[in-house]
Amino acid sequence: MAIKLEIPTALRPFAGKQSSLDLEAATVGEALKSLTNTYSDLRKHLYTDDGRIRSFVNIYVNDEDIRYLEKENTPIKDGDTISIVPSIAGGR
Amino acid sequence: MPIITGTPAASETGRTLSKEEIARYSRHLIMPEVGMEGQLKLARAQVLMIGAGGLGAPLGLYLAAAGVGRLGIVDFDVVDFTNLQRQITFSTSDVGRPKIQAAKERLAGLNPGIRIDTYETRLTSDNALELFRDYDIIVDGTDNFPTRYLVNDACVLLGKPNVYGSIFRFEGQATVFNYPAGPCYRCLYPEPPPPGLVPSCAEGGVLGVLPGIVGAIQAMETIKLILKTGEPLAGRLLLFDALAMRFRELRLRKNPACPICGEHRTIDKLIDYEEFCGIRGEEAAPVTNGIPEITPRELKTRLDRGDDLYILDVREPHEYQICNLHGNLIPLGQLPNRVNELDSSREIVAHCRSGKRSADAVEFLRKAGFQKVWNLKGGILAWSDEVDPSVPKY
Ligand SMILES: [Zn+2]
Repeated sequence: MAIKLEIPTALRPFAGKQSSLDLEAATVGEALKSLTNTYSDLRKHLYTDDGRIRSFVNIYVNDEDIRYLEKENTPIKDGDTISIVPSIAGGR
Repeated sequence: MPIITGTPAASETGRTLSKEEIARYSRHLIMPEVGMEGQLKLARAQVLMIGAGGLGAPLGLYLAAAGVGRLGIVDFDVVDFTNLQRQITFSTSDVGRPKIQAAKERLAGLNPGIRIDTYETRLTSDNALELFRDYDIIVDGTDNFPTRYLVNDACVLLGKPNVYGSIFRFEGQATVFNYPAGPCYRCLYPEPPPPGLVPSCAEGGVLGVLPGIVGAIQAMETIKLILKTGEPLAGRLLLFDALAMRFRELRLRKNPACPICGEHRTIDKLIDYEEFCGIRGEEAAPVTNGIPEITPRELKTRLDRGDDLYILDVREPHEYQICNLHGNLIPLGQLPNRVNELDSSREIVAHCRSGKRSADAVEFLRKAGFQKVWNLKGGILAWSDEVDPSVPKY
């Protein structure tokens, strides 16, 4: 499935400074694996040492949080957008 | 009772608008969505702003201008030159003054008819519930994770809406948490990032207009909550990308497993938020702990006597353009790939802006087998303070 992956500002330095990229994957987990295989520096920002998605990083398929779908096994279809949305705290 | 033309309209609590107030708020009054009833709701509203910084600036200005009857402001900071690029409540002449004092003056000047209560204090688990109790709506414009979790938990425990906004460089997030009993901040993000994994605001930077836009969204949502009009930004996370000039909306759900608002609550009082965010101890013993250091004065002495020192600047090229110590530039992120450019037989002094990134560089180099490498304590900021005041601070 051809999908689009949105990279947040905070993680762009670890993803070749791109704001989004197009890739092929059947599930959210596959898409993220494909991303971190290309940009290995991203891995520690997205996953804990034991391979779980970090709790301050949310992943959405279109507008839905994958925690309320099938998590990393969530299937994706052509044209879907996966967004990585980390917690940010700036305000001053 | 007949209404006589010319007398101010009365609310159920007897608050009325004076002739001058009717003129001041006329652009609200002539809209049916606000009208006299809405304006009196604004006059009776009590809103507490946490933080008088980048988000607090447009927020305070718009809420004061709109006639919110009582505005509370919590902040303990002092106006600094670096604030003026975005914190539009402040003037150059305010530099050095407490923010709440400068903000109160500015807002009272804008609207003398409202009450402004200032709290020059750090928001803590000991004072938050007491401070929040008097207010109807809390607006979170802070700049750090511990305070954000504290504001969230206090709002959930007291059942008050939390109008949330946060920013990073070119990107913003906004939503209304805990309204009415909807998802909270912990439902969105159960835990904060560990320290060190996200750049601090000083390293991250922010485009000046961004907090203006996000703070204005918070002001708008606050006013809508007061008026009980429109569709509040609750259950939705608004993402704003200023570079692409694009707004997106994600669904925000209440997490049944949320420890404070879920089905089995494990948090029933405020906790230690510094500890929760993993930064307890780090402040007392900075990350440079255990890293070999050299002070700016020691470095100056050694350079003056002609010692052969290799100055390694691990900042970014755009920072080097602001000011530099004539060091050799290898940004921290490139260090692992460029380590072969360094000569391990020479003495190396690494520096950055404040000494934090260069501490990481020193740690990395030591692990890579470099024996003679030191961190410039306090970075270029300390160099400016202790050795050469002509070096600008940023
Ligand atoms: Zn919750």
